[in-house]
Amino acid sequence: MGDLLAGLGEALRLIVTLDAELIEITLRSLRVTLTALVIACVIGLPLGGWLAVRRFRLRRAVIATLNALIGLPPVVVGLVVYLLLSRSGPFGVLNLLFTPTAMIIAQVVIITPLVASIAHQAMRDLWSEYHDLLISMNATRGQRILTLLVDGRRALLTAALAGFGRAIGEVGAIMIVGGNIDGATRVLTTAIALETGRGQFALAVGLGLILIGLALVVSWASHWVLRTERQGTW
Amino acid sequence: MVAALPLTLRGATLRRRGRRLVGPVDLTLGPCGVTVAIGPNGSGKTSLLRMMHGLQRVAEGAVDWSLPEAEARQRQAYVFQHPIALRRSVLANLAYPLRLRGVTRAGARAKAEEIAARFDLTAQLGQSAPSLSGGEMQRLALARALITMPEVLFADEPCAALDGAATREIEGHLTAAAASGTRLVMATHDMGQARRIADEVVFLLHGRIHESGPAARFFAGPSTPEAAAFLRGDIVE
Repeated sequence: MGDLLAGLGEALRLIVTLDAELIEITLRSLRVTLTALVIACVIGLPLGGWLAVRRFRLRRAVIATLNALIGLPPVVVGLVVYLLLSRSGPFGVLNLLFTPTAMIIAQVVIITPLVASIAHQAMRDLWSEYHDLLISMNATRGQRILTLLVDGRRALLTAALAGFGRAIGEVGAIMIVGGNIDGATRVLTTAIALETGRGQFALAVGLGLILIGLALVVSWASHWVLRTERQGTW
Repeated sequence: MVAALPLTLRGATLRRRGRRLVGPVDLTLGPCGVTVAIGPNGSGKTSLLRMMHGLQRVAEGAVDWSLPEAEARQRQAYVFQHPIALRRSVLANLAYPLRLRGVTRAGARAKAEEIAARFDLTAQLGQSAPSLSGGEMQRLALARALITMPEVLFADEPCAALDGAATREIEGHLTAAAASGTRLVMATHDMGQARRIADEVVFLLHGRIHESGPAARFFAGPSTPEAAAFLRGDIVE
């Protein structure tokens, strides 16, 4: 209990004094996570829409695989990305290991299936509603997917926020591929792991509270921007 | 302009999971007039319309337009029994079919405002379409179907859940569209409505055309006992 209270005090102190290191690692956390999220959405949202409107033989297998990939252990993803990017790996020449780019790559792999799966479920329901109308109006496949993405945007926000939540709180993979290097690849989650290991509980709790606060602010802001739960039922 | 009509159905049959929904149907739709499909519930009125429109592929037989299918599809529109509203504003709903055809945003908007005035939807243009009342929704669906000036309009029980005033409005718009050259093909279970607007009647029973012909003759004296019984209001099995 004492550690938690001390952590609260520490969090306040860090925020009020605009601690330079705190700001640096917070901004890095946001940059890595948001970049990974944008890439995951660019891949995952149209993929979800495509799976909703397209009927093909292996569709069920693809969806089942996608859902299984949600549970991909981040540590294993980190390990595989590490091996691919390491000096002796196939992409070693790119020199990406222990950089924020490597962390982004790992996070994209982790959250894309989650974003695509939630997007698919939302758009599948919308598609069953729109199906006859869009077929009747002779919409092309691209137009159908675009219509679902636009009209399902509030449900897609949920998909994006789930991806954001998973990425911002992720530690296993980015610890492996980023290396938690001070000033280069240290982010909120890896800093918390480090401070906890060093017995600096107050600082760790403070960082933890800031992490939770960050997730809340991003969620509120995006709901406010898209005006969810304010008009009608969607 | 080369016309998509006449439409010719030859032995056209629609099946779902092996069960015959409608057919085999032999029917020719000429270039003008109002054809109304009537018949008891489950006789295949909706399936017939969906088959003609191409929403469902025929299992046997053929549905032939006078144009290649892709072009013919561009000349048709369909109003569903339960109107489908896109989760957008009324304006965006009206502009949607034009936007699909590559009309510019401004051009589509101007047309949408014009047709909204005709269908008494101007006050609702900014409102979200799913929040409309039943009558407004059906007016929106009809306006959205007519905005592309289709050569053929299919309407499946367009007044099924509407009150008298709303029904009169919709019928007015339907007959106005027919008068301005749109070929109207409609399904209804409302015999009064069929008498009011049909030029030609198709009486369906068990998924087949049991009797068809000019409306005046059909209503004056149907030639089959089943059609006569149906017009009397008996239950026809």
